[in-house]
Amino acid sequence: MFAIEANGQTIEAKRGETILQSLKRAGINVPTICHMEGLLPSGTCRMCVVEVEGYGGLIPSCSYPVAEGMKIRTNTPDVMTTRKTIIDLLLSNHPDDCLYCARNGNCDLAKLAADNGVRERSYQGGRNRRPKDISSPSIIRDPDKCILCGKCVRMCDEIQGVSAIDFIARGSKAFIGTAFNQGLNVSSCINCGQCILVCPTAALSEHKYVNEVLQALADPDKVVVVQHAPAVSVTIAEEFGFAPGTDFDGKMTAALRRVGFDRVFDTSFTADLTIMEEGSELVDRVQNGGALPMFTSCSPGWVKFVEEFYPEFLPNVSTCKSPQQMMGAIIKSFFAQKEKIDPKNIVSVSLMPCTAKKFECGRPEMGQDFVADVDYVLTTRELAELFRITGVNPAAIEPEAPDTPFGERSSAGKLFGASGGVMEAALRSAVFLLTGEEMQDYTIQALRGMEGSKELRVKVGDLEVGAAVVSSLGQARKLMDEIKAGRKDIHFIEVMTCPGGCINGGGQPIGADKSAIQARMAALYQIDSDDQLRVSHKNEWVQRLYKEFLGKPLGHKSHELLHTHYDKREVLL
Amino acid sequence: MPSVKSVETILMDHPDAGRDHLIPILQEIQEAEGYLSQESITKVGRALEMPSSKIFGVATFFNMFRFQAKGKYHVMVCRGTACHVKGSGRALDMVTKALKIQPGETTRDKAFSLEVVACMGACGLAPVVNINGQFYAKVSPMKLQRIIEECREKEQTHVHA
Repeated sequence: MFAIEANGQTIEAKRGETILQSLKRAGINVPTICHMEGLLPSGTCRMCVVEVEGYGGLIPSCSYPVAEGMKIRTNTPDVMTTRKTIIDLLLSNHPDDCLYCARNGNCDLAKLAADNGVRERSYQGGRNRRPKDISSPSIIRDPDKCILCGKCVRMCDEIQGVSAIDFIARGSKAFIGTAFNQGLNVSSCINCGQCILVCPTAALSEHKYVNEVLQALADPDKVVVVQHAPAVSVTIAEEFGFAPGTDFDGKMTAALRRVGFDRVFDTSFTADLTIMEEGSELVDRVQNGGALPMFTSCSPGWVKFVEEFYPEFLPNVSTCKSPQQMMGAIIKSFFAQKEKIDPKNIVSVSLMPCTAKKFECGRPEMGQDFVADVDYVLTTRELAELFRITGVNPAAIEPEAPDTPFGERSSAGKLFGASGGVMEAALRSAVFLLTGEEMQDYTIQALRGMEGSKELRVKVGDLEVGAAVVSSLGQARKLMDEIKAGRKDIHFIEVMTCPGGCINGGGQPIGADKSAIQARMAALYQIDSDDQLRVSHKNEWVQRLYKEFLGKPLGHKSHELLHTHYDKREVLL
Repeated sequence: MPSVKSVETILMDHPDAGRDHLIPILQEIQEAEGYLSQESITKVGRALEMPSSKIFGVATFFNMFRFQAKGKYHVMVCRGTACHVKGSGRALDMVTKALKIQPGETTRDKAFSLEVVACMGACGLAPVVNINGQFYAKVSPMKLQRIIEECREKEQTHVHA
């Protein structure tokens, strides 16, 4: 620690950090665009420039290390004019359709312009008109709105290790696109939507299905059934002005009924079902010499990633469908039979923190007799839109319980929303299934938290299990390369595509920083510690489903409805 | 005629190549095949362990690379300073309209391809156009139209004969 001077006041700086980091800690705000927390600075946008006494010109604070004795000024006329000019230039060729824009209300570019007093157009720049890419079922790209900050490219490359997109061409003609500038649907894009979360404008947004859902709700001949993922109830409140980590579980259920859904089910129920199936699958693989380590298959971005980049590991991926697809499958089979509804008249909607789920529900494997398990997937953001359009305010509604038979859940199922949660839920049940005894303390601290990679060796009966949890595909890649190189001490691996798990999914409210994501995670842990039912195998309705319909885990019916298989996928890598 | 190197041989000439070999490899492929096909970019990606989006990004940064095979008549329009002053912009407009392609592209019948070059070292003859190695000096849009029509006629009589 040493002292530097900023805007006339003395502040503390740590050796090795950037000027921006020191300023931020002291509460001095410097605007940034291309800066990404936790990644090396790229220093391309120049929004963060400051003056340092004795240094020529302006210094980009995001990439310049602090030094002893520095005298920094962040709000001289020169600095402020420069910022304004940069924003002016960014706006010079930006479309003026803010009123119709997907990011109206939470646009970083609009906020920068407002915060820095840019209130009229100084330059009229030539526009490179490029068509929207609507080829992907998950993500829409609108190059006209792109300001070339490069954050999506870095997210896709440095965090996810996918590199579906990059800068194409040069200078004023440069744009972001896929290899050979083809549609995102034929690229290596795994639909995770992390690019949407870092995009400062609406150049990237989710493929919306709100209108289709509204149409289904208005159709009297359709039974519209909805399920919601574990990570949606703890984030939807943010869209209505509540602090991150506020749980709207019961309120959301009540609100969904007001919107007009005929049944409201909880995907955490099929998360419990997943534990039963996947747990049995793991035991089966261990006892009968199946492919190990086994990877989870809940995260559709991850599944596509394996199909593209590591097809040799496909036998290691669990054959279980994801909880969303399991729910879809039992809604259109068990539920349809029980309620005597033709599955063709059921519209199955799913509320997910995820853009890749939109792709998953359209996979040809995910249905029976040409009826899709799940018809439409809405992200948390679209759910908020649905509530607003229909004039339902979840904040003002008394909580209600979800519908039977797929409403009851254990809090283990709820934990699926955070990285490490699937593993924690699986171990709780595995210990019981293999030893007949419940764990003393259900909480497994080593699997919790935001770290990208967590490992645990645990004794389950006589079995010593090596468990690994990774979130983000960059982390998954590292682990897979270790396994490829001969690592053998791991048996079960949970992979979540998004850093931190579904609570930070590509469909979640935009603008969450690390502390907001931690608050969402803490909310799930709180739900778990408050709950009476904390293990999947004690979920009574899951047991009843097996008794009345499925038979037993990995049984014939399960295989038909709840399991699938994946194939190598040919895309441009 | 010298034998044309395959992408595989080119890659074999660069054993243990890293990403710093990318541009020389792409240049050699373009020299051998006349352009960078999707297939060759994918092969290079596999050899250098680089995503094809990155290779495409690098290749499109430079004007020298093209991504469509050259046509039977390869039209190079000079947009260097002297040619610009003498009206090469209008000449280029004329060509893109007549052939309905942009620089870097090839007509669907594979008869014509278009390239913009910075300077051909013949500034005294500006504006200059080069078709298959033959220089056309002081071209006006009108003159250029005639030249292209001649190429087209030649092509058609060739087809009919």
